[in-house]
Amino acid sequence: MGFFFTLVALVVLLGVTWRYLGSYMEAVFDGRVHWLGFVERPIYRALHTSPEQEQTWKRYAGAMIVFSAVSLVFTYVILRIQGSLPLNPQHLGGVGSGLSFNTASSFVTNTNWQNYGGETTMSYFSQIGSLTVQQFVTPAVGIAVAIVVVRGFSRRNSPTIGNFWVDITRCMLYILLPIAFLFGIIFVAQGAVQTLAGTVSVNDALNGVRQTIPRGPIGFMEAIKQLGTNGGGFLDANSATTFENPTGLTNFLSIYLLLSIPVALTYTFGKMVGSVRHGLALLSVMVILFGVWVGFTSYAEHQNNPAVAAAGIHSTVGNTEGKEVRFGDTSTALFGVASTQTSTGSADASYDSFTPMGGFGLLTGMMIGEVTPGGTGSGLYTLLIYAIIAVFIGGLMIGRTPEYLGKKIQAREVKLAGLGALVMPIAVLIFTGIAVSIAAGKAGPLNHGPHGFSEILYALTSQGNNNGSAFGGLTGNTPFYNVVGAIDMLLGRFGIMIPVLALGGALAEKNVVPESLGTFRTDNGMFVGLTIGVILIIGGLTFFPAISLGPIVEQLSHGRFF
Amino acid sequence: MLVHLRRSLVMAVICLVLFGFVYAFAGTGIAQLFFKNQADGSITANGSTLIGQNWTSPKFFHGRPDDFGPYAANAKQDVSGGDNPLEANGFSGESSATNLGPRSKTLETDTKELVKFWHSMGVNPTPDLVTTSGSGYDPDISPQDAYVQIPMVSKATGLSPKVLRTLIKSQSHSAQWGFLGASYVDVLQLNEALAKLS
Repeated sequence: MGFFFTLVALVVLLGVTWRYLGSYMEAVFDGRVHWLGFVERPIYRALHTSPEQEQTWKRYAGAMIVFSAVSLVFTYVILRIQGSLPLNPQHLGGVGSGLSFNTASSFVTNTNWQNYGGETTMSYFSQIGSLTVQQFVTPAVGIAVAIVVVRGFSRRNSPTIGNFWVDITRCMLYILLPIAFLFGIIFVAQGAVQTLAGTVSVNDALNGVRQTIPRGPIGFMEAIKQLGTNGGGFLDANSATTFENPTGLTNFLSIYLLLSIPVALTYTFGKMVGSVRHGLALLSVMVILFGVWVGFTSYAEHQNNPAVAAAGIHSTVGNTEGKEVRFGDTSTALFGVASTQTSTGSADASYDSFTPMGGFGLLTGMMIGEVTPGGTGSGLYTLLIYAIIAVFIGGLMIGRTPEYLGKKIQAREVKLAGLGALVMPIAVLIFTGIAVSIAAGKAGPLNHGPHGFSEILYALTSQGNNNGSAFGGLTGNTPFYNVVGAIDMLLGRFGIMIPVLALGGALAEKNVVPESLGTFRTDNGMFVGLTIGVILIIGGLTFFPAISLGPIVEQLSHGRFF
Repeated sequence: MLVHLRRSLVMAVICLVLFGFVYAFAGTGIAQLFFKNQADGSITANGSTLIGQNWTSPKFFHGRPDDFGPYAANAKQDVSGGDNPLEANGFSGESSATNLGPRSKTLETDTKELVKFWHSMGVNPTPDLVTTSGSGYDPDISPQDAYVQIPMVSKATGLSPKVLRTLIKSQSHSAQWGFLGASYVDVLQLNEALAKLS
């Protein structure tokens, strides 16, 4: 019953957010929001740019790539030299080169895959100056790219598509900063830790236990970690720890935060293209798929853990292995689905210990491209890729030139959309193939049998999708996984963003075709169904063989343990 | 290209200052000013109420088996055990789960061992009491997990089951706002209250 109310509260809260955050974001990117102008204007002056200086898609992409490369180097260097930097009360040494490269790639691609344990590896300087900074920057870059595609549809005959510097500045200042700050306060009030004072030692006179407890500026990092669909927490066990996610309320707010921007962007999209109905159609695609996944994953997690049941313990409270008592089984499953279907990847439990079908739910949530609702920005632009493919297929069926929002979808657009849809599956499957073929890859998994394969597949799927969650048994901090993972993440981010920016540029140059009676409708149930079909068919066709070797075999091997 | 590079460098520095240091320091300032106890880690006389501990004596209620039975800290096997936020009783560790899969033979044998342990203590264990948590130091158990431990605690302390039941009831927190998450008992607070009784 509690879970039912949780879902109702989430839907109501997200509905309000969709409407009001959505229209607020439209105003932000239209330049009508100025309440932090005293910070915004000096930034433009320092950069020698202004909102009036518009860029072509090529210049926009160039700025995005160079800025991301510079961010990568900044992040890498800070991690390497953290031993000589201040704010290091635990006197942790510099991070190794392979791990630094993997971590820098991970945070610059909004993945937040973590091959390290935060409390024993990262100084406060690294956590604040290197990781948290990227947790603001990368969602802003993702949203900016999504806004470019939307401008592609809303502008006509336009050679330019906006100014990269202006877009990310506005996004960070007016959207991410105020919301994250507000929720940071709530997280701390609930019990999340926020201090620079270093570890604390405690002694329990009752049982003679002494503990040294790591602390840090955790609560505010937590807020932006969820809001920006980043997912990289301060501590190794992420949102399962009480210092990051202390109560049922913070767990709920985490789920809400990580869904809020991706969901609200569909309203922003609708408002910018002048048809909220089109935004609603995309939202429906997200809600339907997300609902189905929440349904069966929480059902699966409410079942017995096979290994625990085999030991003679039959549960009425679901699979408790790897889960925290204060959250319960179904809310944990909801968190997992929300985290894997956005590009967040934070975890309030050990996903590795989910039941086979629960793990299937998480893994396939990423495999369908993270569009339901997907990451901040990346969710919307990837969904628009699928929508263009759906329009193209619909156009083929009725024998007309496909159009979407009055823009003709021609060979160039379809090619770019196809490229964007194929980069991730190709990277994931090839790298998984390599990992299971060579010794360095096979050394990774903790578990045996099909679950060991799932751990590898999960890792490369998660990184290729810029998700960052893990089947944590995999030992990732090895030269092989550090390098392959980093390449997987960079391809999964920029291999999609560049075609998407080109798509935005190509669309913006086009004029609008007036709507006629024969126009294929793209704001009704038929279109929603078609887009869902495209998502499921592409995801299913590419990943079914791989997934059947992992969770499906595991589910079917009744009575066998590995 | 050069103009991109110059702008990127300037922007990287601005972000470092504004979204790194200003954000984290302003947040820490507000947190320390208004929520000092929480921001410092909810530390009480006997430890943090948010960090689980290893309870070995039958005179106390036990938490989840993050650091006992098969998951106990073991220097020889280089196993840190759970309940080790960074270091506990000389063993170093970090937050993490066992990450054993749902069809893991190890998980099956470990669970059997824990069931045996609980039976030897006169307790009929619930699922929480034979499975480990996500953080490795879950500070809570469910009220039901506490009720099933009454025979053990009652025998060791001499307190009547009725008194212990009342105690657990008074220490139980229902799900937050009635529906968020699940009901729980903080093991440290429960045992502190228990110590006052005996």
